[in-house]
Amino acid sequence: MNKKVIYVKNLVKKFGSFVANDNLSFEVSAGEIFGFLGANGAGKTTTLRILSGLSKPTSGEVNVAGFDAYRQTEQIKKNIGYMCQKFSLYEDLTVKENIVLYGGIYGMSKSLIRERLIDLLAKIHFQEYENRMISDLPLGLRQKLAFSVAVLHEPKIVFLDEPTGGVDPITRRQFWETIYETASRGITVFVTTHYMDEAEYCDRISIMNNGKIVALDTPEKLKKQYNATTIEEVFIKIARP
Amino acid sequence: MKRFLGFVKKEFLHIFRDYRTLFILFGIPVAQILIFGYAVSTDIKNAGVAFLDLSKDEVTQKLTDKIISSGFFKKTETLLNYNDIDMVFKKGKTKAVIVFEEDFGKKLINQGKASLSIIADGSEPNTATLITNYTTAIVNDFTMDLAGPVSNNSLRINPEVKMRYNPALKSHFMFVPGVITLILILICALMTSVTITREKEFGTMEVLLVSPLRPIQIILGKVMPYFILSFINVLLILALSWLVFGLPVKGSLILLLAECMLYILMSLTLGILISTVSSNMQQAIFISLVGLMLPTILLSGFIFPIENMPKIYDYVSSILPPRYFIVIIKNIMIKGTGLMYIWKETLILIVMTLIFIGLSVRNFKIRLE
Repeated sequence: MNKKVIYVKNLVKKFGSFVANDNLSFEVSAGEIFGFLGANGAGKTTTLRILSGLSKPTSGEVNVAGFDAYRQTEQIKKNIGYMCQKFSLYEDLTVKENIVLYGGIYGMSKSLIRERLIDLLAKIHFQEYENRMISDLPLGLRQKLAFSVAVLHEPKIVFLDEPTGGVDPITRRQFWETIYETASRGITVFVTTHYMDEAEYCDRISIMNNGKIVALDTPEKLKKQYNATTIEEVFIKIARP
Repeated sequence: MKRFLGFVKKEFLHIFRDYRTLFILFGIPVAQILIFGYAVSTDIKNAGVAFLDLSKDEVTQKLTDKIISSGFFKKTETLLNYNDIDMVFKKGKTKAVIVFEEDFGKKLINQGKASLSIIADGSEPNTATLITNYTTAIVNDFTMDLAGPVSNNSLRINPEVKMRYNPALKSHFMFVPGVITLILILICALMTSVTITREKEFGTMEVLLVSPLRPIQIILGKVMPYFILSFINVLLILALSWLVFGLPVKGSLILLLAECMLYILMSLTLGILISTVSSNMQQAIFISLVGLMLPTILLSGFIFPIENMPKIYDYVSSILPPRYFIVIIKNIMIKGTGLMYIWKETLILIVMTLIFIGLSVRNFKIRLE
């Protein structure tokens, strides 16, 4: 964990007079699982949009995958993957068609897409689903597939925006195993979540409140620092001091 | 470009997999053309007419034959006295009763004058007016024949009426252009606004925006299939109206198709604009249907002439794109005019398209921030 893939220094994002991100600074290393926590309206989404090249910072330094967030958003987009809480696959397309579509959007060659498709189907035992519609798949499978599609082009970083919303605990657990496997390949996982138990799975977490990062460390150190047994307790202590 | 084509292909898959979309795209236009063409006809064909002949002579018999053989009317009943008239109207099949006075033929020959009444069913004003006009024309024709070429002592002016461009006054001439206008704006605006808001609602729009695809590529990719399909639709409607109703395109077909493309483009950009202001599919559908369909039918001059509207409706109608397209398409299809007479309307549509694009881009940017 030495190479920095996300570098943020004194990031400020204002909407008119409203300050959504107030002087944020943090770094994320390659292969790290970074949890990005905060209550609704704390400013998580704004940061995520800046990091994924959708919106430009008001001031501060932001570098993602080696590219500048002011001028090189096109390059950033090519080097990241993204999955949001709503399912990002097309329900009326088959598993294969979805993969071919996203592979094509990321500029992958046909042979490479085919290769990855076979790999992927074998890895998560999807073979029999290749030509099934997404709408026919159970929720857990869809989610795994959505994640696999988000990292199909082997991005440097994958952003997960509350990926496990509305999913049962067992499926969530399985999903996290996939995340670990991905991180072990050197892909950085940047995840926002509402579930505090999930935060425990992360290498490091940051907690945001009113546009500021108020805590940033490994789960263990944070628990020690706030004298708590779970991250949930830490979160409550921070959010309602 | 390869990215873009893959994306367009996916959009086609969406359309062909969803039978409802296909139905709206191709079923509704065909149904509308046939319904408007056949059912909503304002022509008279085989209207029921009853006769009350109090004279029963050679002349009344000839006139009756002439009326029936015109093709506009069919004889429903022969009445015997005045009291039957009310009864025959109430039965419903008879739209008019023609009454010959007593000694009709004798009076006509001896005094040069005889009376006949046309009693029409006023509960359907349009039909009643048409029937009386047609009958009067036939009767006039008959008296002229009877008088012969040497019309003695009476001075008469005979206005000869001709309906230019639509000699038989067929209502298809009015409905086909109207239906094309209505269907194109409805389908294009509805479909694009729905397909874009669907991506928003399902969360796939987020993923697309984060992808290396540019926003303009996303929008073009979504709109392109509908452009192609709508154009096929135009060809379908034109072919249908030609085959079924015998409605030709008098002017330049190329000009007509080019104008249709412009109008499709305008409708698509309108659909994009609707999608930028609506947050879900219901809203998009509502705006497209209520905001476009009713004004197009009522205020664009499709059915009711704009000249007869109160001034305020005239103003409202002047911001409706269909109003201009109807003028364009009627001119090309029916009068056969060239661009010279419709450049103003064409220019207005181009300006509207540009305005819609501008507004959409602005809204889209605001939403992205």
